[in-house]
Amino acid sequence: MKIIVCIKQVPDTTEVRLDPVTNTLIRDGVPSIINPDDKAGIEAALRLKEAAPDSEITVLCMGPPQADVALREALAMGCDQAILLSDRAFGGADTWATSSTIAAALKKLPYDLIITGRQAIDGDTAQVGPQIAEHLGLPQASYAEAIRVEGKRVIVKRQFEDRYQIIALPLPCLITALAELATPRYMSVAGILDAYREKRVQVWDLAAIRDTVDTANLGLKGSPTRVKKSFTKQAKGAGQVLRDLSADEAVEAIVGKLREKFII
Amino acid sequence: MSKGIYVLAEQRDGEIQKVSFELIGEGVRLAAALGQQVTAVLLGAGFADQGETLLHYGADNVIIAEDPLLAEYMTEPYAKVLARIIRADQPEIFLFGATTIGRDLAPRVSARVHTGLTADCTKLEIEPESKLLAMTRPAFGGNIMATIICERHRPQMATVRPGVMKALAKDTARAGVVKRIDCGLTAADHNADILQVVKSSQKALDITEAKILVSGGRGLGSARGFEALRDLAEALGGEVSSSRANVDAGWIAKDRQVGQTGKTVRPDLYLACGISGAIQHVAGMEGSNLIIAINKNDTAPIFDVADLGIVGDLKVIVPKLTAAIRRLKQERAAIS
Repeated sequence: MKIIVCIKQVPDTTEVRLDPVTNTLIRDGVPSIINPDDKAGIEAALRLKEAAPDSEITVLCMGPPQADVALREALAMGCDQAILLSDRAFGGADTWATSSTIAAALKKLPYDLIITGRQAIDGDTAQVGPQIAEHLGLPQASYAEAIRVEGKRVIVKRQFEDRYQIIALPLPCLITALAELATPRYMSVAGILDAYREKRVQVWDLAAIRDTVDTANLGLKGSPTRVKKSFTKQAKGAGQVLRDLSADEAVEAIVGKLREKFII
Repeated sequence: MSKGIYVLAEQRDGEIQKVSFELIGEGVRLAAALGQQVTAVLLGAGFADQGETLLHYGADNVIIAEDPLLAEYMTEPYAKVLARIIRADQPEIFLFGATTIGRDLAPRVSARVHTGLTADCTKLEIEPESKLLAMTRPAFGGNIMATIICERHRPQMATVRPGVMKALAKDTARAGVVKRIDCGLTAADHNADILQVVKSSQKALDITEAKILVSGGRGLGSARGFEALRDLAEALGGEVSSSRANVDAGWIAKDRQVGQTGKTVRPDLYLACGISGAIQHVAGMEGSNLIIAINKNDTAPIFDVADLGIVGDLKVIVPKLTAAIRRLKQERAAIS
């Protein structure tokens, strides 16, 4: 079986802090990581390959040249091939243009199953996976918590707020992985050596996909949406903070506030 | 010309979800700025009076598409029907709830009709001059807010976080047009088989509906720390919620989690106990009417958003607070 995992390199947003003076993001020194849901997707693919050893896993990442590191990590975990989709023409893309670009690359590759993460921790949109599926005309299952392959179909446990569905999709199809799908393994030392010595990351630029995409759908100019402004949230006016109270005084202060606001 | 504000009325087992009424309420506000109407689109099977209910909550029109393939959510049949409606009616705006259904369906539809989509919006406004929809959403784990527009493609599409927009009060005097349409579905649209549907055994508690939330953070120290919070919540007539750390630690169920990766809540009272106030948490509760925080650490960021902050030990204060509130309520009961 041929599996393609689409990943994104993201800043570790749990490490991002606000500068208290300028109220801007401090990004210096913030590590870049493989997006967690995507990494679960890599692990799920590796487990499918363990069950069917003649499978082949290709990992694909759209991003700047630095994203090479994320692809090497995927190779070190055990993926077979890596493709970095990188060109200035792809820059500034919203989810529509991003999914158009990635779908154009996927059209050049053989696949039975495409796995993406549910959402990336920097944008949190969860849109690129389903949009890729639409561009390729594939059935999709998002929010996948468990998967297994049975012959020519994949069985997915698909999570909702109040229920889950067990659904069967015909191959080829696309699923989006929850972090719960599979806890990623660590890279092995041998894997890391292979990733840098034996394996290589292919770089695909615009020329590599020009015949499978309308260039009007790429990058900033191919994006239907545009960020008009971005801003850090204004902290709402801080209230009163009481220090050095006894427990009884603290209770009195809270009860007083609750009565003032007619909560009790 | 594109016209009208459309919202997806999401149903599960025939029951319209609360977020749908919130979308209609928001749609009515936007419609006033545009001089247009609000249309709720309801997909499913075996409806009774759900269409009228949507009118009662403020929709001017309701479009109902009924087909057995639409009873339980599946991506392709839903996407096909919505794309047909969009191509036929050319709405100006289309809103979805940012639920697991909305976040699966809206991107699929946006790709099919070639328009932009903005995820998880927390604020929608009509720009006074351009009349464009300005869609504001958090990114970077809630660290940044971005306002996004979609200039040339229609409809302008957004998913909206449940619990953020306000529903109108139900008014049975409101009337409007309920139209049933032909879904145009064929066997080919059935491209995935649902083998099994397993509903949560007890009806999942929805903390977004609670008026009072007593919320616990890492400062509780253990799963048992929630016992004192449950007592306090019971005394106040509220529910217990949590920060992410305690959910990850397995101390409390995921459906109680408030924050960027949990739920957005805005109760009348949010009592944060031992919650430091990471930005991802604050993103999910800062809209609460009254925020009271108890924390040992007087530099905890939760104090920046709290109306009242108490620097102290919750393990001592919470039981005493519970006792004081019970006493007050008993006294009041005795008087009346």
